[in-house]
Amino acid sequence: MITFDRFTLDNGLNVIVHNDTSTPLVAVNILYDVGSRDEDPNRTGFAHLFEHLMFGGSANIPKYDEPLERVGGENNAFTNNDITNYYLTIPKENIETAFWLESDRMFDLAFSEKSFDVQRNVVVEEFRQNYLNQPYGDAWLLLRPLAYKVHPYQWSTIGKDISQIENAEMDEVKAFYKKYYNPCNAIMVVAGDVTTDEVRELTEKWFGPIRKGEPLLRSLPAEPAQEEARSITAERNVPFDSLYKAWHMCGRLDPEFYATDLISDLLSAGQSGRLYQELVKKQQLFSDLNAFISGDVDAGLFVITGKLMKGVNFKDVEKAIAVQLEKICTEAANETELRKVKNRMESMMAFSEMRILDKAMNLAYYELLGDAGLINQIIEKYEQVKASEIMEQAQKILKPTNCSTLYYKAI
Amino acid sequence: MMINRKQQPEVNPLDRYRLTEPEVYTLTNGIKVVQFDAGTQELVRIEFIFRAGSWFQANNFTSLATNLMLREGTKFHTSQQLSDSLDFYGAHLETTAEKDNAYITLYTLNKHLPYTLPLLEEIIKHASFPESEFAIFVGKQRQMLQVNMEKVNFVARTKFNPLLFGKSHPYGNFLTVNDIDNFNYTDLAGFHKAHYNAANCTIMVAGKVDPQLPSLLSDAFGGSDWMDVKPSVLTFDVKPETGKTHYLAKDNALQSAIRIGRLLFDRHHEDYMGMKVLNTIIGGYFGSRLMSNLREDKGYTYGIGSAVIPLQHSGYFFISCEVGSDTTDDALKQIEIEMARLCIDLVPETELKLVRNYMLGSFLRGIDGPFAMADNYRDVMENGFGNDFHYAMLETIRSITPLQLKQLAIKYLNPAEMYQLVVGKETK
Repeated sequence: MITFDRFTLDNGLNVIVHNDTSTPLVAVNILYDVGSRDEDPNRTGFAHLFEHLMFGGSANIPKYDEPLERVGGENNAFTNNDITNYYLTIPKENIETAFWLESDRMFDLAFSEKSFDVQRNVVVEEFRQNYLNQPYGDAWLLLRPLAYKVHPYQWSTIGKDISQIENAEMDEVKAFYKKYYNPCNAIMVVAGDVTTDEVRELTEKWFGPIRKGEPLLRSLPAEPAQEEARSITAERNVPFDSLYKAWHMCGRLDPEFYATDLISDLLSAGQSGRLYQELVKKQQLFSDLNAFISGDVDAGLFVITGKLMKGVNFKDVEKAIAVQLEKICTEAANETELRKVKNRMESMMAFSEMRILDKAMNLAYYELLGDAGLINQIIEKYEQVKASEIMEQAQKILKPTNCSTLYYKAI
Repeated sequence: MMINRKQQPEVNPLDRYRLTEPEVYTLTNGIKVVQFDAGTQELVRIEFIFRAGSWFQANNFTSLATNLMLREGTKFHTSQQLSDSLDFYGAHLETTAEKDNAYITLYTLNKHLPYTLPLLEEIIKHASFPESEFAIFVGKQRQMLQVNMEKVNFVARTKFNPLLFGKSHPYGNFLTVNDIDNFNYTDLAGFHKAHYNAANCTIMVAGKVDPQLPSLLSDAFGGSDWMDVKPSVLTFDVKPETGKTHYLAKDNALQSAIRIGRLLFDRHHEDYMGMKVLNTIIGGYFGSRLMSNLREDKGYTYGIGSAVIPLQHSGYFFISCEVGSDTTDDALKQIEIEMARLCIDLVPETELKLVRNYMLGSFLRGIDGPFAMADNYRDVMENGFGNDFHYAMLETIRSITPLQLKQLAIKYLNPAEMYQLVVGKETK
């Protein structure tokens, strides 16, 4: 059970406080409700580029990192399809520096032309390092536009291609800031040996004067139902063939999310998962094979991906996967297997709350989903899932017509 | 109230350092248990440390394969039965083999301990290494290695240490597909018997320790049934390469992986602590000299860093990054400039003050929660130290002078003494 308090400033900043006296550190997590799904299709990769620029200087502070390091703090950030999340840990005695730094970059940005040029280059190198110069690194860049035809999940957070980042202009970046980086579009979590009163006082002092900004009205096009199977083949200089299959599934807030998540666990959680035992161990068709859900806020993807053993072909492995999917659609999981995936969930939740920063991040994310209190209800939601519901969801999702397949072929 | 946003709030000194002392006890058969009882969640991590790293193997792949195969079957249960049971109780088992030690780590909720601990016992004591499982394991490992060999960063990582230690030294050798193909399966059982036994093991417990845990541990692991002689410590000669500059071609690579470094020492050396501070300055944090120059000023790389790596019998220093093929040459030049600067100019007081505080903050991050506490303690315990080492380190962080840092740089960061490896597309 994670307890917390909550308050909102007049400018709309939503603040969560979690008290934990066992740690000398305070974690501050600020989640901005903007991700790559909010980007202009011709300016993809922007939300993430912007995350880099947030460290390039704000209205009154020329460099973000230095003052934080000077008081023993450390920070980082990440961007995904849905959110941009900034986090730091700082020794408790210097907590005010965190409020000073974070409020100034919510107040106004002032990064230089030079910082802009440099960070564009850094992101281009990041693109190369993680997507282009890695075996199989571009698979998701190919799979997303195959699965999504309308919804902005069709591009990756890094962007569709490097040129869109290279061509980013200063005024576009400024407009992006104005639209999304407002207090009413942010959730701040402060966790550690702090009281709510102390946090409220500091928050009002540093964040209170910030303009309210326009509340964000998001209206993204829903992805229409997929009616027929899609596939593409990519030929690359890699050692082994690799298979990627993606089916459309529900969004994070839909009630059937939990049953859907458990399908992926039955198939592939731990080494006892069905796909691993059947197709990696018994039939030896894959060297590795995983099933997982993308976990996006809007309707997401249910994915199966694996590398084929040398000498095995796509047709045979697809047939073998189909047998497993048929089974999960037609036979209810027995008591023991269902208990297993639920026990695993319970355990994973407990282990994911070990560090103060983990707790702060989780609270912010659940608050974005509607209520930080969800963090204490998740286990119960998985507990309530029945075997019949899992089967029902599997039948609904795992149809060939709902599937996009990437054949990543070694040449 | 008007606030001054230009002024950083008061910077308070960081002096609250109370390191938690572990509880240490011994099982009847002599196994030392080091225990950190902390945290709020009803769970625990139990880690077995065996002196069974690649240092102790006669053939490449023996240490790793033995470690990873432990969970693939015992005298009493098949691999699948073990996985089913571990997953059923929501437990997570990690097996890792490094250069000096090999580890088996169980993560479990306290309420399942009476079921998960006996599974761990069986895996550690009664692993049977079924041949059929080994065949599957080899197929997977082989493919994984082949995929990794396509990554410039992986190639640079594996091919760098042989330059420092020599290919036949355990710290220098690396696994090849050939090693896997030529491996003799019967090595596994022998290595297991000789190294995974009570005489060669330490246990670390971290988490909210259940009152029944010590007796459960004692029942499972305290007996004389799995004693053996402590293996003798082997020694090897370090035979560094004579040439310092090396290049490995990887056609059509968009980026080159760069690795630059040299031999150092283990934690006992008088310069070890000072080198940790110097390392932080050059490449050990986001604001480091290398990050500021190659990333934040020139945009050459997504990230560059350096590290001082202490091992049981030696140690080394390295700098690593991936940079665009077109900027590789200048990146190498800039790295050299940064090393040379530290040998010539004193580190300014303001920078050193920042680094001191950053390191003190990192120290706190290193003891946040029971797992971090245990990791932090284990690291120095492996070199025969306890928290005294950490207190001495804190003292060094607070007191080291710019002059001492310059002297260390002259001794250990002389560009002419560095080994350099570039993996990527030829540019010149």
